[in-house]
Amino acid sequence: MTKKIFSGPFLIFILCGTLVPLGVIAFYGFTDRSGAFTLDNITAISTSEHWQALMLALGLALISTVICLVIAFPLGLILKDSKLSKKGFMVFIFILPMWMNFLLRTMAWQVLLERNGIINQGLGFFGIPALNIINTPAAVVLGMVYDYLPFMVLPIYNALIKIDKNVIEAAYDLGASHAQVLGKVIIPLTVPGIVSGVTMVFVPSLTTFAVSNMLGGGKVNLIGNIIEQEFTASSNWNLGAGLSLVMMIFIVISMAFIEKFDRNGEGSVI
Amino acid sequence: MALIELIDISKSFDGEKVLDEFNLSIEENEFITLLGPSGCGKTTTLRILGGFETPDTGKVMFDGQDITALAPNKRHINTVFQRYALFPNMNIAENIAFGLKVSGKSKEYINAKIKYALDLVNLKGYEKRKVDSLSGGQQQRIAIARAIVNEPKVLLLDEPLGALDLKLRQEMQYELIRLKNELGITFLYVTHDQEEALTMSDKVVVMNRGYIQQMGTPEEIYNEPENAFVADFIGDSNIIDGVMLEDRVVKLCGCVFPCIDEGFGKNKPVDVVIRPEDVIIGSPGSGIMDGVVTSNVFIGVHYEMCIEAGGFEWLAQNTVSYPVGSRVSISVTPENIQIMNKPQSEDEEALALDD
Repeated sequence: MTKKIFSGPFLIFILCGTLVPLGVIAFYGFTDRSGAFTLDNITAISTSEHWQALMLALGLALISTVICLVIAFPLGLILKDSKLSKKGFMVFIFILPMWMNFLLRTMAWQVLLERNGIINQGLGFFGIPALNIINTPAAVVLGMVYDYLPFMVLPIYNALIKIDKNVIEAAYDLGASHAQVLGKVIIPLTVPGIVSGVTMVFVPSLTTFAVSNMLGGGKVNLIGNIIEQEFTASSNWNLGAGLSLVMMIFIVISMAFIEKFDRNGEGSVI
Repeated sequence: MALIELIDISKSFDGEKVLDEFNLSIEENEFITLLGPSGCGKTTTLRILGGFETPDTGKVMFDGQDITALAPNKRHINTVFQRYALFPNMNIAENIAFGLKVSGKSKEYINAKIKYALDLVNLKGYEKRKVDSLSGGQQQRIAIARAIVNEPKVLLLDEPLGALDLKLRQEMQYELIRLKNELGITFLYVTHDQEEALTMSDKVVVMNRGYIQQMGTPEEIYNEPENAFVADFIGDSNIIDGVMLEDRVVKLCGCVFPCIDEGFGKNKPVDVVIRPEDVIIGSPGSGIMDGVVTSNVFIGVHYEMCIEAGGFEWLAQNTVSYPVGSRVSISVTPENIQIMNKPQSEDEEALALDD
């Protein structure tokens, strides 16, 4: 009983910070401006503008998750096998950007990618045609990958270094080739890390509005942007809350789908 | 021709020499044990054979072929690791089938082999079990089953019983002897446990600091240790400075003992090894020298006593207890006195030092 007291602050935090706001969101989502019950805010997702924004968000989140995975896994393998002193430094380098403000880093890309930005000036110097990706979905994906990559690298790296070296040696000892060791031993044992990484990249990518605002220049409208506008510019909290609830359902479905891969449940979120 | 030959193998880690021009040949169908304290190079020898380490110099010959540069997955050698190293993502059957699957064997063959191997290690019906639902002893048996289904010519065992409790360890020792006799393959076993080595092996290789100290049958190693290190490492022993007066006569602790060794020359300083169970205790005046019992501990089958005699504290084991403080006599039958040359140089002495 005495020990339970120590969980008090956390319970209060959960209550005030999560459950109450969720209730408020649900209330707004299921009512109209006059406070009467309605499903209009939920069904509003089926309008073509909202549906397209949701699909675009899902698509871009999926693409950036896959890109992060493709970068992070081989990187994790390299880090795992590198010498001990170098290992710490390399991991530090990858964590370092996380210490700087996320908005600042995204703004930096805005400057870099501008029509007359540093990258295009550099390309021009070598006579290469300018890269016009600012304000396109490609720039948004670039921003998402840059911002969320550490969240993929860390759990995968942690899962990789947790693998018993003897288990890998045993696989070689039993005659397995490099590809077989990777496919039958290393990747299956990294699944919990991959699931955590995918979750931590996919969810913020799906819900972001800051990255798409800054690098999409208002031309890439994700569901996050729509919701944000409902709460700010349009002042329609009811519609914003309704769309938020729909997006939460999509996240829950995606997570359930990802979790199926994680047999041990080590990396799952729900 | 020997099945395995290690020729002039040297290996250093971070400038520290672990093996120095190491030579060893292993016959077919032999149970050979590398025995030594930690850091003696026994595990490195095993890893070089398994292909996990490359020697700095020297050659590894297997069945007449040079396999020094061959990758582990290309060798007809399988290893049983110290902490089992089973694949946690697979069930027991999948673990055992791993080696057969990667080499592309048929499903019927694999299933028959799994059944055969589980039968062999007394774990029938465990196919669908998860790795972490098994005890340490069971996991180690699965690790052995996983290795032997590939029909290797040599099975390397790296302190496989180290993590098990005493009772289980003794059981597994007999299991391993049985397995080896049933399979008819060469076992190369690494351990720091002298009892394990003496119980199971056909041949024991005692190692220290990267050198072989002595190689022989368990009886030879125990009864005729070639130097003080071996005598000290294998079992308890009294190691006493002595002088070989002439053939079959040795002087130690001021008294003359008859022995059976010859050819050491006259008045030559030697090391004398006498096992505690070979010290005969009698009433004062009836033996070669007299002494006083200074300690007495009952350790199960017998009493272990220290006897101060002739300026040396003798360790003696006897089923009869002599109380502390009592005067007793000591004698040793000539064939139980083991004479060893003293190390010739400081270098040689360094080899003999325990870590």
